[in-house]
Amino acid sequence: MATPAADLRPKYKKALIGGDELAKAFTFLFAALILVVTVLLVLELWRTSSPAKEKFGFGFLTSQLWNPVTDEYGALPFIYGTVLTSFLALLIAVPLGVGAAIYLSELALPRVSNALTFLVELLAAVPSVIFGLLAIFTLVPAMRDYVQPALQKIFSFQPLAPFFDGPTFGVGYLTAGIILAVMTFPFIISVSREALMAVPREQREAALALGATKWESTWQIVLPYAKLGILGSVFLGLARALGETMAVTMVIGNSEAIHQSIISPGYTIAAVIANNFAEASGKMFTSALVELGLVLFALTMLINGFAQLMIVLTTKKGAAKS
Amino acid sequence: MPEPTKPQTAPVKMRAKNVNFYYGSFQALYDINLDFATNKVTAMIGPSGCGKSTFLRNLNRINETLRDTRLEGEITLDDENILDQDVTAVRRRIGMVFQRPNPFPKSIFENIIYGPKINGMLKGKNAAEIVETSLRRAALWEETKDKLNESAYALSGGQQQRLCIARALAVNPEVLLLDEPCSALDPIATSKIEDLLITLKHQCTIVIVTHNMQQAARVADTTGFFLLGKLIEHDKTEVIFKNPSRKETEDYITGRFG
Amino acid sequence: MAIKMTPRNRRRLIVNNIMLSATAICAVITVSSLFLILMYLLKNGGQSVDLNFFTQLPKSPGELGGGMANAIVGSATVVALASVIGLPIGFLAGVYLAEFSPKGFGFLVRYTADLLNGVPSIVIGIFAWGLIVHNMHHFSALAGGFALSLMLIPITARGTEQFLLEVPRTMREGALALGAPMWVTIATVIVPAARKGIMTSMILGVARISGETAPLLFTALGNQYWATSLNEPTASLPVMIFTHATAPYEDWHRQAWAAGLVLLGLVFVANILARTIVSRGASLPK
Repeated sequence: MATPAADLRPKYKKALIGGDELAKAFTFLFAALILVVTVLLVLELWRTSSPAKEKFGFGFLTSQLWNPVTDEYGALPFIYGTVLTSFLALLIAVPLGVGAAIYLSELALPRVSNALTFLVELLAAVPSVIFGLLAIFTLVPAMRDYVQPALQKIFSFQPLAPFFDGPTFGVGYLTAGIILAVMTFPFIISVSREALMAVPREQREAALALGATKWESTWQIVLPYAKLGILGSVFLGLARALGETMAVTMVIGNSEAIHQSIISPGYTIAAVIANNFAEASGKMFTSALVELGLVLFALTMLINGFAQLMIVLTTKKGAAKS
Repeated sequence: MPEPTKPQTAPVKMRAKNVNFYYGSFQALYDINLDFATNKVTAMIGPSGCGKSTFLRNLNRINETLRDTRLEGEITLDDENILDQDVTAVRRRIGMVFQRPNPFPKSIFENIIYGPKINGMLKGKNAAEIVETSLRRAALWEETKDKLNESAYALSGGQQQRLCIARALAVNPEVLLLDEPCSALDPIATSKIEDLLITLKHQCTIVIVTHNMQQAARVADTTGFFLLGKLIEHDKTEVIFKNPSRKETEDYITGRFG
Repeated sequence: MAIKMTPRNRRRLIVNNIMLSATAICAVITVSSLFLILMYLLKNGGQSVDLNFFTQLPKSPGELGGGMANAIVGSATVVALASVIGLPIGFLAGVYLAEFSPKGFGFLVRYTADLLNGVPSIVIGIFAWGLIVHNMHHFSALAGGFALSLMLIPITARGTEQFLLEVPRTMREGALALGAPMWVTIATVIVPAARKGIMTSMILGVARISGETAPLLFTALGNQYWATSLNEPTASLPVMIFTHATAPYEDWHRQAWAAGLVLLGLVFVANILARTIVSRGASLPK
């Protein structure tokens, strides 16, 4: 029954064998392309921003001057606005997101949990410009007519009053922060939920068996166990908030200065690029905007790096994934 | 070096000479010397982790697909070293059936025809004929002839395993390696496969790894006992089970450990 | 013989109930924002999505009516360009990562892909502008498609890799043991076994870039009229929503709502479609 192999292997078989090397080399090209493109991206940002880097040096990061007429550019108001709006977003999104994640992983029935998680994922898929559209026509009027006046009334005492000072435009840091929060918490929820679900059952059971209430076991045992993963989700959300463009651009108020009041109009890095880049005339203006892009790139890469690290650390420690 | 006995029952089909094998820096096999007789069933037994599966997986060089592995020594098929030959040709001649049934996510027909197709064996032959012959050889034809185009996943576990045997047979292997082929199956499915092996040995040389000693006793002509990466003893099956020459073998057979 | 509850235990129980209810409220708030979005879009955009929206060009400011036919076609063009560039590159890179990459280099590519995935979309826009618009002296659909493809590549690559790695080892060993070379095994067994998962990640990736605005702002730019070639400014739905929503004309706002509804509808349909493919069992045979 056995047939000698040699006569069963016509020439075409030989081509198949070289095929492995060929396939490896061929697909390698495309994998390497990812590296090449990313390196090119950094080089391009670096190159195009060099006039601004040469002219302003490190002063670019600390100057508050932004004047396209005299070609004087400083990034501080935009860095400030970016960091402030993201901070406000996290202030809202972290408690809400972690709370919702706890509900989804610890309390909800699996079927409910999966359905809600699906909705959260859909929320994450809503394009940024649609958040902006809604914010302009619903959130901004509400902020202007109700929320901002109310905040001014509540915080009319020192030392908090200056943070809620000024005319109520509706747009501004706080409005951008709120819309960023809504865009951030899908990320916080889904990553935190996974981190919580990776906590071994025995941990919960051990706490409950000692007489802990459900909340005590969650707060004192489960959350600390998953804290790196949750922290990772927060950083992931932060990276998204920092780089977010459209929704913020539509509600930030476009003011190129630093304001102490969080209800004041402001600007973020992404928004100033979005509004000015296409019409930027003059080499130095373009170059300064690209340098802003470089700053934003560096900022998000740093935060993303942290997030990845946290998530890797927890999944290494944690048990099987859901 | 202890030379395990080589029961001379038939001409040698395959031979392992001084095989050492490493996972990274961990040595899993030590100086294995073992002959496989033509058209006989050779069983390899031993406690789990003893290296019997690792050794089997070297016989068709499938271990090469794992990262960080290294093989030393010589493995011959018809007195030619398979380590020097084209690996896909080697695997075509030495078929393999795995612990758990692993049909492809395709129809029954496509599963069988897969091997002949990629090995260029379909020219001038009738695909349907190959499928029928192979399924018949694996005693699966009667159960499947009316649903050849259905998904292989619709079959029961035992049927899937026989399908995998049929799939291996479709390329006319000279040697068939089986890695605990019944470990995931129920007793009835197991006995069907054991019957099958006894009839199949007239067509090819069979090497089977099993943790089930009754299975070895029932189907194997010769049996080798592995322990801690070493081949302790290899002899006619009845000798191994009734009158082993090494103490370790006797301990294992009589259930004193493992 | 009921066990008496001490005040301390009663307090613990109250805290327990309050906090657990609070987490449920968090979940309700977050999920309800999705329904709020849908509700507002339906209310404000619903009556404006008519035949004209799909067939007519935008009217100048002040004039009533018109539609966004050019933006719909423009979006389709830019997204198709991005898919033609991004999907094959991402797929093949994913195959390399899952099947061929040595440890160190594989880690580097994986890390870089994640990094590229995290680059703010506005920065991607700057890059595409510098590479294409600046050199060709044109805003164009090509530049827009290129920018979006840069976002699609890492998504597709990582998705493909993930689903290929989920194919059980025994499946590839089954093919290899029959004498199939690695690349034949990949092409005929591994990729088909993972195809549903791969398709899902591709659909999700395309859905995501379809809604992207920032990378198009200064690559495809925008256009009130039909674009006649790939090398000229091209309208797209997301950019159209942005310009219409931020302009001071009431009828443009109406159009922006309509465009928002259509865009969100498309994105949601793609998402639901992709997830139904997965729930039908990504690794099961047809």
